[in-house]
Amino acid sequence: MKFFRLVWKNAWRKKIRTSLTILSVFVAFLLFALLSAIGYAFRGGVDVADADRLIVIEKVSLINPLPSSYQARIAATPGVESVTHASWFGGYYQEPQNQFAQFPVDPEDYMAMYPEFEMPAEQREAWKRNRTGAVVGRELADAYGWKVGDRIPIQATIWSRKDGGRTWEFDLEGIFSAENARGNTALMLFQYDYFDEARAFAQGTVGWYILRVADGADPVQVANAIDAQFANSPAETDTSTEAAFAQSFTKQFGNIALIVTLILGAVFFTLLLVSGNTMSQSVRERIPELAVLKTLGFGDRSVLAIVLSESVLIMLIGGLLGLGVGWVLVQGVAEQFGAFLPGVYLSPASLATGFGLMLGAGALAGIFPAVKAMRLSIVDALARA
Amino acid sequence: MGVLNRILAVTWLNLQNLPQRIPASTVSVIGVAAVVLVFAAVLSMAKGFERTMTAAGAEDTAIIMRSGSTSELNSGLSNEQVQVIETAPGVLREGDTTVMSAELYVVVDVRKKSNDTEANVPFRGIQPGAFDVRNGVRLAEGRMFEPGKNEIIVGRAAQAEFAGLETGGSIRFGQTEWNIVGVFEAGGGVSESELWTDVRVLQNAYRRGNSYQSVRVRLDGPGALEALEAALEDDPRISADVMTEKAYYAGQAAGLAQFIRLIGYPLTILMSVGAVFGALNSMYSSVSVRGKEIATLRALGFGPFPILVSTIVESTLLALVGGLLGGAVAYLVFNGFQVSTLNGASFSQVVFDFAVTPDLLVQGIQAALVIGLVGGFFPALRAARLPVAQALREL
Repeated sequence: MKFFRLVWKNAWRKKIRTSLTILSVFVAFLLFALLSAIGYAFRGGVDVADADRLIVIEKVSLINPLPSSYQARIAATPGVESVTHASWFGGYYQEPQNQFAQFPVDPEDYMAMYPEFEMPAEQREAWKRNRTGAVVGRELADAYGWKVGDRIPIQATIWSRKDGGRTWEFDLEGIFSAENARGNTALMLFQYDYFDEARAFAQGTVGWYILRVADGADPVQVANAIDAQFANSPAETDTSTEAAFAQSFTKQFGNIALIVTLILGAVFFTLLLVSGNTMSQSVRERIPELAVLKTLGFGDRSVLAIVLSESVLIMLIGGLLGLGVGWVLVQGVAEQFGAFLPGVYLSPASLATGFGLMLGAGALAGIFPAVKAMRLSIVDALARA
Repeated sequence: MGVLNRILAVTWLNLQNLPQRIPASTVSVIGVAAVVLVFAAVLSMAKGFERTMTAAGAEDTAIIMRSGSTSELNSGLSNEQVQVIETAPGVLREGDTTVMSAELYVVVDVRKKSNDTEANVPFRGIQPGAFDVRNGVRLAEGRMFEPGKNEIIVGRAAQAEFAGLETGGSIRFGQTEWNIVGVFEAGGGVSESELWTDVRVLQNAYRRGNSYQSVRVRLDGPGALEALEAALEDDPRISADVMTEKAYYAGQAAGLAQFIRLIGYPLTILMSVGAVFGALNSMYSSVSVRGKEIATLRALGFGPFPILVSTIVESTLLALVGGLLGGAVAYLVFNGFQVSTLNGASFSQVVFDFAVTPDLLVQGIQAALVIGLVGGFFPALRAARLPVAQALREL
């Protein structure tokens, strides 16, 4: 640390060159931040999944319904603490582009299953009392400017009503938010009883079940026990943890993660080249100075450390700026477009990875010039001056 | 000696010395190559996806779904409604039979070969007319399924992408075992991602009674779509949306393609900015290396303008080399690279190839030239303004 001033002065020896290098490092880490945040959205909240919640879907495909009679049988399975259900409504608000998730659910049980959704108690009570009541997440309410008391028409794409209509109207009774900022609240919930009675077909079925495993019970055993119960029935089940369920969705998007990694790889390769080149250039120019340092009694290791620190310093300045600006941008995107692109989030893990990359890239870019500087023979170097 | 000659002379001299500055130049070349590579790779995904979706759509085939449905998956039509369509005006008839196919569209879980995960694969029940209402669909291998039997034919792309779909094999969905008897091709269109069977068999297997989800009909000429639309509009027995297959698939493609572009273009712009910094850096160092040469030229009487031009030409040329390199790598690595992804609009997998098209490559190289020009301009200005006496003294 006592050589910080020396390192600092060295770094700014050529102001334009150092500034440009810092700027390209800045761009690289800005990209890193943005792509990580998007990648996080694609992983579909695997990290926020509750390990004690299991999802039961129809075995052939998620889109096939399950009979509502299964609820009691699942609840009776040993190791199951509580169970609730949800269904896919698949409607839109005003324009087909305004699609978001809507689930008909049992208000009491569903909110108990998802304690992370927080809502004032009086709103929750009002929703339970109103058959055509609905609640929405904060992200949705903000996106469409909805207030409690609004009447919201949703156009159904699947579920026509018994009366032939395709418009379902709901009274907004509450707005919930997720205690964890990462939770996705671009979601609308309404009463299953009303939905099941009013829909034109498929009465007595639900989309999927969600259950909580009792303390001490093994989720894998519980899942197997449930699937075994319904084996060889017309509607066989497939039970998995919430995380595995979320993961399977993400995987369906395919090689997107691979493509993001490829892009990041290309960016970092370029970045390393640029800064590596800058470093070796500046070492080359500074050979006489380094020789003087050695003459003054600086050891080989000190010279190595000084050159290496300079490289890491440049990488840190640009990298931290990039991550910082990226973080601000991601916050902005999450606020503005939360309802359209939910789950965009710059996780602490990504920030830590970014920091690690700065150190690693700085070291890698600086190591060859630094070793060259270390091995410098004073006589040769001074002779060149 | 005219100005042009001087410019040419100085530029030629500069380019002849270029090999001496290879390390610094390589950096800017690779920086630009990376930009073009990423640009072409990301956008070729959007291109390929759109190509697959639009290849499937015919202008003279109409698709009819329940009104309000956004895709076949959430549509539903009863047998009576299908009969209404069968006798509607605007629909092509050959003798007594209408050229149409009433179809059922369900989704089944099949393992993806690439990452060994269950994926939503479209499973379609068709009528014999399915081959007549679609352009370029043909059986490529094996035989057609026999009506009434649990037999399926699989799309070429689906067979390549998903596990267990070999001809002659069998696959189990739920309680039903299906024999795979053939493979069909559809000119790379989206149908190739699907599995097909007899619609009656599928109705039974999925307990759908006598219902369908969509009807495709061949239109009998210009104005037929409007006639069909008007007839169905007036018929109280049916409430349906009619559109050409082409329009339907274009709508299905829009969301994902737009999403990829929404990410691809800003990404490219940001990377280009980074590459400009890289190019500036290497051009500044090039100018400083050439200090002696430039000062000598100036002392000999060359004006600042030829020097300026020569530096910009150097930078642009390097960027062009980078652009061509990046474009070539993108083409070799990504063109034809097959992937499949979940299309949100239909909630099922679409298998498609990356398409690195000429217009993408041209756009990429244009971006490279802009990077070269911007990255060369400021260093060129410095070169042109180099104080001659000072530069000569420094040596």
